[in-house]
Amino acid sequence: MTATATSPSGSTPIFQQKRQMPFPLNIYQSAIGRKWVMALTGIGLLGFVLVHMIGNLHIYEGPARMHEYAESLRTLGGGLVPKTFVLWLLRLGLIGMFVLHIHSAYTLKERSRKASDKADFIGGAKKYESKRDYVAANYASRTMRWTGPIILLYIIFHLADLTWGLVSSEWAAGDPYHNVVNSLSNTFIAIIYVVANIALVMHIFHGTWSLFQSLGINNPKYNKLRRNLATALAGIVLVGNLTFPILTTIGFINEDNRVCPPGDLECLVTQAEAH
Amino acid sequence: MTVLDSKIPDGPIADKWNNHKFSVNLVNPNNKRKFEVIVVGSGLAGASAAASLSELGYKVKVFTFHDSPRRAHSIAAQGGINGAKNYKNDGDSVHRLFYDTVKGGDYRSREANVHRLAQESVNIIDQAAAQGVPFAREYGGLLDNRSFGGAQVSRTFYARGQTGQQLLLGAYQALAKQVAAGAVELHTRTEMLDVVLKDGRACGIVTRNLVTGQVQSHSAHAVVLATGGYGNVYYLSTNAMACNVTAAWRAHKKGAFFANPCYTQIHPTCIPASDEFQSKLTLMSESLRNDGRIWVPDGFDDSRSPNEIPESERDYYLERKYPSFGNLVPRDVASRNAKTVVDQGKGVGPLKNGVFLDFKAAVERDGEDLVRSKYGNLFDMYERITGENPYKVPMRIYPATHYTMGGVWVDYNLMTSIPGCYAIGEANFSDHGANRLGASALMQGLADGYFVLPYTIGDDLAGRLGDAPISTNDPVFTQAEAEVQGQTDRFLSIGGTRSVDWFHRELGHLVWDYIGMERTKEGLEKALSEIPALEEEFWKNVCIPGSGANLNSSLEKAGRVADFFGLAKLMAKDALDREESCGGHFRSEHQTEDGEAQRDDENFAHVAAWEWNGPDSIQTRHKEELTFDNVALTQRSYK
Amino acid sequence: MSKELDLKLKIWRQEGPNVDGKFETYEANGISEDMSFLEMLDVINDNLITTGEVPIEFDHDCREGICGTCSLMINGQAHGHEKATTTCQLHMRKFDDGDTITVEPFRARAFPVVKDLVVDRSAFDRIIEAGGYISVNTGAASDANLTPVPKEASDTSFDAAACIGCGACVAACPNSAAQLFTSAKLGHLNLIPQGQAQRFARTETMVETMESFFGSCTNHGECHEACPKEISLDFIAFMNRDYVKAKVKNRKLAGQK
Repeated sequence: MTATATSPSGSTPIFQQKRQMPFPLNIYQSAIGRKWVMALTGIGLLGFVLVHMIGNLHIYEGPARMHEYAESLRTLGGGLVPKTFVLWLLRLGLIGMFVLHIHSAYTLKERSRKASDKADFIGGAKKYESKRDYVAANYASRTMRWTGPIILLYIIFHLADLTWGLVSSEWAAGDPYHNVVNSLSNTFIAIIYVVANIALVMHIFHGTWSLFQSLGINNPKYNKLRRNLATALAGIVLVGNLTFPILTTIGFINEDNRVCPPGDLECLVTQAEAH
Repeated sequence: MTVLDSKIPDGPIADKWNNHKFSVNLVNPNNKRKFEVIVVGSGLAGASAAASLSELGYKVKVFTFHDSPRRAHSIAAQGGINGAKNYKNDGDSVHRLFYDTVKGGDYRSREANVHRLAQESVNIIDQAAAQGVPFAREYGGLLDNRSFGGAQVSRTFYARGQTGQQLLLGAYQALAKQVAAGAVELHTRTEMLDVVLKDGRACGIVTRNLVTGQVQSHSAHAVVLATGGYGNVYYLSTNAMACNVTAAWRAHKKGAFFANPCYTQIHPTCIPASDEFQSKLTLMSESLRNDGRIWVPDGFDDSRSPNEIPESERDYYLERKYPSFGNLVPRDVASRNAKTVVDQGKGVGPLKNGVFLDFKAAVERDGEDLVRSKYGNLFDMYERITGENPYKVPMRIYPATHYTMGGVWVDYNLMTSIPGCYAIGEANFSDHGANRLGASALMQGLADGYFVLPYTIGDDLAGRLGDAPISTNDPVFTQAEAEVQGQTDRFLSIGGTRSVDWFHRELGHLVWDYIGMERTKEGLEKALSEIPALEEEFWKNVCIPGSGANLNSSLEKAGRVADFFGLAKLMAKDALDREESCGGHFRSEHQTEDGEAQRDDENFAHVAAWEWNGPDSIQTRHKEELTFDNVALTQRSYK
Repeated sequence: MSKELDLKLKIWRQEGPNVDGKFETYEANGISEDMSFLEMLDVINDNLITTGEVPIEFDHDCREGICGTCSLMINGQAHGHEKATTTCQLHMRKFDDGDTITVEPFRARAFPVVKDLVVDRSAFDRIIEAGGYISVNTGAASDANLTPVPKEASDTSFDAAACIGCGACVAACPNSAAQLFTSAKLGHLNLIPQGQAQRFARTETMVETMESFFGSCTNHGECHEACPKEISLDFIAFMNRDYVKAKVKNRKLAGQK
């Protein structure tokens, strides 16, 4: 395109693709392509959140069943593959999705920031001198750039707390029930979990609706359902995930009737088999 | 004696255009790139001409004072565009459209031009549909038509109430395509302030960049004015705020004859003004008259709400006076009758300046849903502006200036009396005679731009192969630049006490009162004495704050209003000299017993084209005699 | 007699593109409720001129809601708070006596301020030039009725084509994205048979030109709320899908389906 047009003051491009990368990377060069990647990885991550929550419901079956569930994840794929092989594949996939999701989100935000004269780092474009009235943008959509980083920090904490055992000295490898109760009995940590999950749910609420737009899945026949689906998913995750910290804090989930000592894996296995 | 050569081709009316297309000089495709053409204005006519000329290979520069070509006021046309396609099988034909247009123009237009317009009307529809203009369609996927403005056949293509917008976007997009291809150089926010002549030929223009104030010259082999009409001389009109006569008027001052300035069209269905700060009037599509009934209360100064006035005390004056056409009488008839009843003191609304357009019967007959499907967006617009709901309360309407049939005189090639300078669209005078039919403005703008000028411009250019454009350093340019700069400086130094808008408003009052819907000898003479007095005060007492080196809308308006003064005087002069009534020009002295326009075909079947004689003397009136070989001159009757 | 309003206005004044601007406060008394917002500004300007002050520059032209020239952020909303209304059709009866009204230009980096409330929206023209047309040279068209267009498709295409290019979508967007504008033109041209030949080429170039000037959509929906023509967000989804298709499709074999 030759731009021979002469506009008196004109506006200069803020972003220019230096060169077209080969397919399919060229899709990722564009903002719309990045939104598409964000939506697809969002679906994957959303799937993980749901599965994770459902799996965690095993906590209501006691320490032994919880251990059994945790063990079953490690032996996914049965005898066909080495132990934890499939789990690691899934983990790598998850990490990949996280990286792509975060990278596209960050770079898109940077583009939008450049597109406005006055923009702040996280909140996006704060363009106007006067008070800005939002009409359609809801709290969830406007805070995606806050809830995202909160979720990221939370995940790191969550891993440190329950996977790596870096937070508590009473952490016991292979005994998730104990670790969860131990951690969440601390009111402070429970509050972190509650807050982080609320952020997660808000993120899901806007993200689920948004991904349909980004992917161009649009048909007046079911457009209304998109909002309903977003609300339903957010609601399920909210209720499911919040039960753990809340019920632990009020003492409903506890170790009072525990048979095996914490971290005694053999005992847990026997217990589960006896069931 | 006449100095006007209309260059109408020989032959039977139906063959003139084809013969002409064959006989005009052609420019070899390889040579077209050697010619530069300036197009001023980017509305339907300008954008379509610029796109078409550059597709042919000419080097085109487009100038618009808007921030984008898409803003031009063609965008506001609502109703539709005529095309003699006969898709409805109701007996339409090119000849019928031609006949209706000449008759509608009250026999004051050139037969040959009108026939050409009717011929090209069908091509416009094809072109626009191919560009993706979303015309209304029937369920079979084919184009829909409606009858418009009292036409006896359904030949109007429409795109909801936004036909002008969609056609303009089509032309704008065609232009954008050429801009992207590097074939058109687009200058936005740039106003043309003079035409430059060398040895009697147009060789370029002088512009002012509205953002930086820079005055600059541009040279070319041909200059095309597509700058629209001068309806804003009335101050209140349905034109956009920036519509003006400046380009046409400055060309007039350089030698282009100005034809029939007194032919102005008043549109009967506009929303009446609500207070003195009203800045413009909003048109409600004429299609409303298909279903609405126009009435006023029988009594004078009736302040009851319309729904309280019983049927027996209402005067459906159009249905009473014109039983066969009723509410669908032509625009000028509907307008004049509204003025009559309002002048009698039967006007409605807070300022008593309107008549009712009532949809009660339509809502009762067809149901509110059907009425909404036809006129929903118009009703919404009315409610936004007035705060009244037209489904429940009758609309108030009053006539307002809408279109100007007069304009720069052009020959059959659309060339003005300045060689190398062309005028197309509403800016010229050529096709509508004394009155324009509904849905014909879009047709004329696009016919000129897409299908006429691209052929006829070659006739003159072919002979100029090898001539380089005049350098912009030539004294003719530097002198013109100095004059433009001089006027700017003069405006800024007056330092008076009144705003440009104040003068414009006062001028508008005078023009509306004396050269409006009904004109009298005394009124016109009064106008000729009062306008110069106001003009004199303008040059002494106008106040233009700010500088000439950045955006200054007062300064822009001052130049335009200065030209409106000159035009207003010429309108009065033209109206005074035309001792007859025809179309949009109604002289009270010349009416039939029924109060209809009384033409004088013996003495006035001609175009009055005015020649500039310098600022201190009045223009000379030239005549181009009109001959009617194919249409019988009749007295219009809508009884 | 109609109601009259006394108002206080905080209006953004800025000499030129590279100068700092600031709010100035103006009183507007005895404003008739039948005035449009722009007529109210006319009154303020008339007063300014007669006292020799430089009037406020603002963009406007047709004043009937179709040309898309008028802009203005009024109390933090593009074209003011009334739905589906341009500034020129916003009437003072929608305000209350004693209100303080804040008026700012539309803001985005691609819309630099020219002066006061006037901004340069030429980036929109660049997007259209990048492919917002159907390439059909004058005279090359066949009879209009040779290409039937299903009425439903034609109507949807028109819903998109109703865009007036005012830029309210960009102004309202927290990201300064021009998705609604671009997708409206794509929706207009890509949904009808006439537009199919260039559909994917057009989508690709228009989207990439858009992205070179504007921010990225986060699906807030502010643009739709601000749009005076109520262009639907569905067109954005449609554009997103067509863009990815454009990247994947082998256009040389388009005829194979």
